[in-house]
Formats: sequence, structure tokens, C-alpha cells
Amino acid sequence: MTREILEELRGEIGACMQCGTCTASCPNGFAMDITPRQMWRMVQFGMLDRILESRTFWMCSSCYMCTLRCPRGLKLTRAMGALKRLARQRGTWKIRKNSAFYDAFMENVEKYGRVQETSLMPGYFLKSRDPLLPLHYLPLGVRMMRAGKLHAPSSAQKGRLKELFAKVREMEEES
Amino acid sequence: MKYAYYPGCSLQESAREFDVSVRAVMDALGVELIDIPDWTCCGASAAEPVSALMNYALPARNLALAEQELPGLDVLAPCSACYLNLLKVNREVVGTRNLHARVNEALGASGLNYRGTVGVRHILDVLINDIGLEAIKERIVNDLGEMRVSSYYGCQILRPYEVFDDPRHPVSMDNVLSALGAKPLPWDMGNKCCGASLMVTHPEVAMHSVAAILEGAEGSDAVATVCPLCQMNLEAYQHDSAAGGHHVPILYLTQLMGLAFGLEEPSVLLDKNMSMDGSMRAGIRSRAWRHEAPGEGDETLARET
Repeated sequence: MTREILEELRGEIGACMQCGTCTASCPNGFAMDITPRQMWRMVQFGMLDRILESRTFWMCSSCYMCTLRCPRGLKLTRAMGALKRLARQRGTWKIRKNSAFYDAFMENVEKYGRVQETSLMPGYFLKSRDPLLPLHYLPLGVRMMRAGKLHAPSSAQKGRLKELFAKVREMEEES
Repeated sequence: MKYAYYPGCSLQESAREFDVSVRAVMDALGVELIDIPDWTCCGASAAEPVSALMNYALPARNLALAEQELPGLDVLAPCSACYLNLLKVNREVVGTRNLHARVNEALGASGLNYRGTVGVRHILDVLINDIGLEAIKERIVNDLGEMRVSSYYGCQILRPYEVFDDPRHPVSMDNVLSALGAKPLPWDMGNKCCGASLMVTHPEVAMHSVAAILEGAEGSDAVATVCPLCQMNLEAYQHDSAAGGHHVPILYLTQLMGLAFGLEEPSVLLDKNMSMDGSMRAGIRSRAWRHEAPGEGDETLARET
């Protein structure tokens, strides 16, 4: 599976000519350990281990500025998403922590059909395994509560996506 | 005018003021919104990192429902992430035979199928291209009186697909605001990223973006947004010193429209915005910026030079 995603990615960004427009366009580049331009080179060379050690793709906020500006018209934001999926296959502690929010989000969607924010955040706290994380959100939670922005989870669409999730899981395991 | 309405999850949760003001404003403009029956989450930016197929199947499910239950209607999505996810299905799945078949195989598990006939529209697109600025002007009861507003577009309605505005120099929201009698301020942060879900996963990184945007908005009476995540990120951390100590109300464009249309504050839920307090609401009510406080004239001069 890991190799498969990497092969597909190599095909998608094979035309990268290393101009660096993506790096110059990235609002989160300052927090990356490897620049987007270097990352595409590493993908072209299939340097899987070095790629997985990097935090670069976890810093992508899907703003699509690099995709807009890429002179080769490459779908670079989509490629960053594929790198996140690639890393999830490896599942080290560091990677699990980085993907904890996405995982909690999708579990919430699977369960409720529509995202229920008041149950999403506790789900994320559990997955992140950081006991201090809830404290970080406490002041915001209080302000949101005061503004009437927090609501008990609604079960209106509960279980509506059960079949879809099961089917997709089955299809992705097959391929 | 009639649309299949896809509010999305945020608009039923922490961003109810967006949902309520969209419905109120559309009603005032004589536009009918019919909720897509049984709609579910589009996957936001969380599906792509988890599952390549789910990333398309989740939004496709909603388009399939609209195609089946509300044939002939475009889908109107106010949220940027919902809009892009739905649009991606039309641009990346429909017309790609293998992927389209796989998505429909997944949808088939619950008896659905998407042929690819539903148009996907963002609310700004509908406002400027279907309704038009003239119709908006006609509806004004109490214009915004030269309120200085910074238009914040965010990312995903502009990029990667150029549909209704220039992704490099967007103007659609400025045009709507001008029609409302506001004075859109020129700035270059309107299409910059707010950090999106990075604010949850790596807040120290996203805070840089938020601080730069808030700093750019200095001197505005408000920032206008059309995305629940942008709105939340820009207002929720104004108390945090890392965000640079800038305080400015972050309002939805549709809330400002509602006020200009003479709707009462409760009908656009102005009390739900955390960046607003009682005195700011009173200021908006009296269009306080029309009357410069004594001594502020010099500041205005300084700002303009």
C-alpha cells in the first residue's frame, strides 16, 4: 500500500522541474524541515524513509497557493494530502499524533453523519494522548459556551454513513 | 430563483449565525433555498489525509441526493471547504472513468448514484452573478454608511479552481460591500491562508497567519468573511497574545447584508460573534464610524498619508 501511494505520487509530480515556486508560495514553509521543492525531489527519487521522517506535509493547510502557481500545473496540495495518507500507513507514535485530529474527525463523521463539535474535540484529546491539550482549549471553550456556540451532539443523522464507510473500507483493502 | 441548499456541519454547530444570516438574506432577496434532504458531512479537510476514496465519496453522496431529490437545481454551499469538496467531485471525479465508477460503487452500498449533473455554487458566486449588485442595492434600507471593511476571502473558494473571481486579486466581496454602502479597504491579506485546521493540529504555526491577517486589518471597523473556519480562526484567538493583540469584529458578509437590509440584530445572530461586544454592536447600530470622535481627524490624516 505504501509503495503504491508513492508510485502514484511519483507519476503525479514527475514533471516537477524544481523551480521552487511552491516553496516561495507556502504560508507555512517556515515551520517545515524540508522545503516543498526538496520534498518533490525526494518523491521523484523514492526516498521513502527520509520522506516519512519529515514534518513538512503535516504543515500543509490546504490553501492551494502552490497548486495555483505551479508553472507545470501539478496538483501539489493533493500530493501533500497523499503524503499524509502515506505516512498514516507507517503509524509511528509521531505520525499518529499528527493525524490524530483527522482520525478523530472521520470517526465522528462515521458515527454521527454530520460533525458534532462537542464530541469531536474530546475524541481528538483522547487520540492525541496529551493530557494537557484539553487545558489549552479551556478558555476558548468557555467563551464559546458564553456565546451559545456549543451544542449537545445531535443524533439526527446517526449511523447514516455506516454502509458508505464499510464499503469504502472494503474497497480500499482490496486494492 | 431556487437552490438546493447545503449548509454543512459547521453551520449547524458553532457557525449558526452564518446559516441563519444566509437564510434571512436569501429570503429578503426572494431566493428560495431547499435543504438537500438527508445531507451528511463533506469530509472537510480531514477525509483527504485518511482516505483517497472517502475524500470524493462523502461530498458525492450529497450531490447524488441533490441530483435525485432536487433535479435541475444548483447546489448552494456557503462554507468554503464544503464548496471545494463538492466542486472537486465535478472537476476530478466526473469525466475520470475509473474513479467515477469507484465512487459510484461506494455510493451504491446505500442505493445512491451520482451522474454528474449538479452545478456547485458558492454564495458569493450566486450573489454577484445570479442575484446581481443592482438587486442587492434595491433591497437596502439602512446602508452601512462608509463602514471600513476588509474583505477576507480565504483560500478554497478562490483556489485551486478559478470559477467566479480572480484568485490573485479577488474583488467579488468588495463589490458586494460597496453596494451595501460600505468602504472596502485595500489590503493584500484577503486571499491569504488563516491556517485552517492547522489551528487545531499545530496552533503555533497557524497563529502566525492569523496574526498577519489581523495586523493587516488594522484600521477596519470589521473584517467580512464567507467561511466558518476562517471566521473562527480570526476571532477565537484575538485574546491570545500570540495573535498580536489586534481586536476587530469578524463578521459574516451575510450578517452585514442583513443589517443593511434593515433586519433586526437577532435575525442575523450578531450576539454569536465572539469578537463582538455590546459597545461594538451599539456602534454598528448607530453606524458610529459616520461620526468621527473629536481629535480623531488627525488620525485619519495620518492613516491616509
